Amino acid sequence: MNSFATTLVYDGSFNGFLTTVFIAFEEKLHVADIQKEYQAQSGLFSNTETVFTDNSKAERVWNGLKKKNYNTLTSIYFAFLSENEGIEFILYCFIKTMMAQQNFKGIDYGDASALHISQLAKKVGREKHRMEAFVRFQLTKDQIYFANIEPDFNVLPLISKHFKNRYADQEWLIYDTKRKYGIYYDLHKVEMVDLELNEIHFNRTRKSEVFEENEYQYQNLWTNYFNSTNIKSRINKKLHQQHVPKRYWKYLSEKKDAV
Amino acid sequence: MNFERIKEKLNILADAAKYDVSCASSGSNRKNTNKGLGNSTGMGICHSYTEDGRCVSLLKILLTNHCIYDCAYCVTRKSNDVKRAAFKIQEVVDLTINFYRRNYIEGLFLSSGIFKSPDHTMERLVQVAKKLRLEENFNGYIHLKSIPGCSDELMYEAGLYADRLSVNIEVPTISGLKLLAPEKKHEDFTKPMLKVKNELIRYNNERKIIKSTPKYAPAGQSTQMIVGATGETDKDIMYSATYYYKQFHMKRVYYSGYVPVIQDERLPSVTSQVPMLRENRLYQTDWLLRFYGFSITEILDKNHPNLDPDVDPKLSWALRNLHLFPVDINTAEKHMLLRIPGLGVKSAHKIIQARKYRKLNWEHLKKLGVALNRAQYFIRCTAKDQVRKDLPAERIKGLILQNSTGKFRSNFSTQLSLFN
Ligand code: SF4
Repeated sequence: MNSFATTLVYDGSFNGFLTTVFIAFEEKLHVADIQKEYQAQSGLFSNTETVFTDNSKAERVWNGLKKKNYNTLTSIYFAFLSENEGIEFILYCFIKTMMAQQNFKGIDYGDASALHISQLAKKVGREKHRMEAFVRFQLTKDQIYFANIEPDFNVLPLISKHFKNRYADQEWLIYDTKRKYGIYYDLHKVEMVDLELNEIHFNRTRKSEVFEENEYQYQNLWTNYFNSTNIKSRINKKLHQQHVPKRYWKYLSEKKDAV
Repeated sequence: MNFERIKEKLNILADAAKYDVSCASSGSNRKNTNKGLGNSTGMGICHSYTEDGRCVSLLKILLTNHCIYDCAYCVTRKSNDVKRAAFKIQEVVDLTINFYRRNYIEGLFLSSGIFKSPDHTMERLVQVAKKLRLEENFNGYIHLKSIPGCSDELMYEAGLYADRLSVNIEVPTISGLKLLAPEKKHEDFTKPMLKVKNELIRYNNERKIIKSTPKYAPAGQSTQMIVGATGETDKDIMYSATYYYKQFHMKRVYYSGYVPVIQDERLPSVTSQVPMLRENRLYQTDWLLRFYGFSITEILDKNHPNLDPDVDPKLSWALRNLHLFPVDINTAEKHMLLRIPGLGVKSAHKIIQARKYRKLNWEHLKKLGVALNRAQYFIRCTAKDQVRKDLPAERIKGLILQNSTGKFRSNFSTQLSLFN
């Protein structure tokens, strides 16, 4: 066993993280920390080792975890996507304990870090649902349904399946303005696309040339509908904001007037 | 499409449809087929929320607000002086598709005023659904309102295209119905419900033998009752809700606090408040019946015909049944955990999961998210500790109220109703 603690550096992808776990197990490393390439800082008393993502190694870890408990696997993936600082190391320790147990009984909610992971996963799950709800497509002149979002967590990988199943007969692109990448469906498959958009299409932007003529008519109808369906004598703004936090409003066409 | 004209219609016909509170789009299982448009599997999605805090998940409109009837509680009633409008079938189809493609909605909820006859109206509603399914290959959610008094044949056809069907009973008691909707008979409501129930049973049986049996209203049927229009008690409402759940296999019963829209001597005045707190208590009761293993007679009976506005119905029940407490968190069975005030289905599940590893103490419970300000009087973690120390019910209630902020307390002080 290596007497020095090692800091492992990986590329920031989930497969990269799983490869890191694989290597740590295989080489029986004493892990000091796990860091993303572009954020790495070397510790004073540890070696640094760079891990190269290897999908087959990642898959072995994935399958190993799946055998233990499927729900826990989902929690791990979701918590990873929270991008919380230090989440990799917490997950690594958790996976180690989990693998060591003969009969894994499911998440131990009484354990602080397990509870932390499950709470993070829950937050990410909530953001996933929010984005499935709050995506607002706008139809471009070349017949692509386009949406930009700015989620708190990196949920694009999680919502891709939902949109693929639902909008199977239309081309669409959902773009994360914070992380600067999108998912694009070309009527056959969904792909991740890196692109730098020079304009973010908030609902308040002036009419853009990019979109179909009727696009704004439909947004207008929708806003109208949204306003007529409100019952004034039951108004409850607090509840309203609890459900639709203000930070999402700028992307929702029905909140155009409120922004 | 003439957008100006459509906008005008949409405003009128969405406004008239909004008093139907159901916006559920869950419980169906329609998958996307042949690369068509949409799916409605599993949980419904709320795409937005109105400023009154209600979920917006469906395009909820009337086909028309022309109506030959004159039900007292309804804005659309014949004698009410409002602007009237009617959508063409194709217009509803286009709106639905274009809203759906932009991810505004989960689908369509279509209802209507009754023009000419119940059958004539129902037929149009069915045509919209049929067009969406067959011509547009639309697999999103469709909720059709069944028009009271329409024929069995149309109800049958409706179920072939809709995910959910509903007839709103609106008035919970037969005497109330006579008073407020004298042109309608109770059977007008129950006949379509019965037809749907029977078809659901028939299709389910056939599916057991032939797997490819087509769908019939896969999200079942629901109904709605108006609360606070006819002086009915909570017991009246919940006993009839229970009846509809059992008798017609309702998926959901909705309770809608009466929103005074018209001056009519048979109804509360237009200046009266919407009974939102009461509506909330009824929903809580409904949940206790559906998910917590309560039976209605435990919550409401001759001696307690109305729910306590101060505290939720579970707490109210627990205070009347202190002899069943405290419950030991570490040993109690699930059904008993569910009866502890302040402890929901999720917390119960977490407790059962966590106690496999260790004996739980108060600190654990707090971390798991149990509302201890209420639960503490009804639980213990070891045989020794017992916080409650045999306080009388009134005292516990007082302590809990002192330390909580109910969501309605500020705007709807119950003090007010004492002076009415
Ligand atoms: S039949 Fe329906 S739409 Fe017509 S007045 Fe009665 S409740 Fe209103």
